Amino acid sequence: MNAAVNAVNTDPEPAVAPPFWLLAELTYRCPLHCPFCYNPVNFAAIKAELSTDDWIRVLREARELGSVQCGFSGGEPLGRDDLEILIREAHALGYYTNLLTSGVGLTEKRIAEFKRGGLDHIQLSFQDTTKQTNDFLSSTKTFDLKRKAAELIHKYDFEMVMNCVVHRLNIDHIDKIIEFALEIGAGYLELANAQYYSWALMNVDQLLPTREQVQRAEEVTQQYRERIGNRMRLLFVVPDYYETRPKRCVNGWGTTLFAVTPDGTAVPCHTARMLPGLKFPNVREMSVRDIWYHSEGFNHFRGTRWMQEPCRSCDERFSCLGGCRCQAYMLTRDVNAADPVCDKSPHHAVVTDMVARANQPRDPDAPRKPLVFRGAEESLAHGHDA
Amino acid sequence: MAKIEGPPAESPVTAASIPAIGHGFRLQWEKAQNAHVLLYAEGMVTLNGSAGAILSQCDGRKSAAEIAAELQHTYNQPDLGDDVLAFLRIAVDNKWVQLQ
Ligand code: SF4
Ligand code: SF4
Repeated sequence: MNAAVNAVNTDPEPAVAPPFWLLAELTYRCPLHCPFCYNPVNFAAIKAELSTDDWIRVLREARELGSVQCGFSGGEPLGRDDLEILIREAHALGYYTNLLTSGVGLTEKRIAEFKRGGLDHIQLSFQDTTKQTNDFLSSTKTFDLKRKAAELIHKYDFEMVMNCVVHRLNIDHIDKIIEFALEIGAGYLELANAQYYSWALMNVDQLLPTREQVQRAEEVTQQYRERIGNRMRLLFVVPDYYETRPKRCVNGWGTTLFAVTPDGTAVPCHTARMLPGLKFPNVREMSVRDIWYHSEGFNHFRGTRWMQEPCRSCDERFSCLGGCRCQAYMLTRDVNAADPVCDKSPHHAVVTDMVARANQPRDPDAPRKPLVFRGAEESLAHGHDA
Repeated sequence: MAKIEGPPAESPVTAASIPAIGHGFRLQWEKAQNAHVLLYAEGMVTLNGSAGAILSQCDGRKSAAEIAAELQHTYNQPDLGDDVLAFLRIAVDNKWVQLQ
């Protein structure tokens, strides 16, 4: 079968550069319940976290391979009490170290220790701390918590970057979010529309904004850009369901990112472990080098050779690389399909149908399907159908 | 309202300026690139030989003139003062260095 495929697809094998980014997803544990959480829906069934020594070995091996950026995320990475040790180790190895946190659990004692250990950068995410997503912007708890975290981040002289996941229920308040980021002194604010994987996909009908909402939010963002100049940089990421060409998966599958999930499963993209039929190795059993260069999981979707029509003969295939494999699988149940965001995909209607549903007028009094918040119980209840 | 972001202002770099690596940036030698690199949040700049040599001297103590003198000595080159100033202007505009 391979011979037949290769006879048609003569694209060159891509030269494989070392992974630029090591993403260490330290834990799936998290005190928050974001309905757009990108962790796997069945996260609660995945328990055995890597030990401190395992993580140190992963840091060392990836650095030897040539990784320079290291991100600690989760779940909530502050949930690991060895975070201080891992930061110190990563810094000593020569990584630029990034902490991606909601700020819940950030204390002065810990941040002082991060500073001493050489942490370079903190990205504070802004989301609801309560289950009242609808009125989270009026929840003083959210603001107080972020304000406290921001004070600590400034006090210890970290550059402050803020990230906010945007969706139907908060997009109309984007001005308040921008004002708040200005108030707490963020140098950069990323307003990224939710991507519809895992939890967000379960909630897509409640979270996907209307076209009008997206346009308005973009306009507001642009007005702020003009008003504030370079006091704070603003990035607005449109939901890709409103586009006609898909985005590359993490800058190209197996080109840039080496992600390690809490139990040690290594993946070329945060969500890839949902893909059926692909074996992703565990760092407990295989070296980072072997995983990156020789595992099936990392090699399979590298480049363009795996493609089928319409991607295989498409002249844009080297720029989008067929889009996101997880999105293709979730929406078409075929891992080799073109990402259905693409209007050349025969399945593009799946996306336009969701968009059409989002843009239909809604009776505010009609009973609404409740949001599913991320949580252990919900994970056990829904884990099998995602 | 008019855009505030105009062309970058002339950087006030002079021979007496004392440059240091910018906040949030980190300079180091990378074996894999065989070059000095500047790391920052989510990115990396790979530096050519002279940029790497100049930035390695930006320690927040030496002035631009002293850096030029040091490099002239190390590389046995005639006057590098203008080259150093020209590069430092670019570096300041990119926030790679800040003046003390
Ligand atoms: S998206 Fe929300 S619930 Fe999920 S890990 Fe991040 S903070 Fe926790
Ligand atoms: S057909 Fe495939 S390769 Fe071409 S633009 Fe669409 S997703 Fe990209």
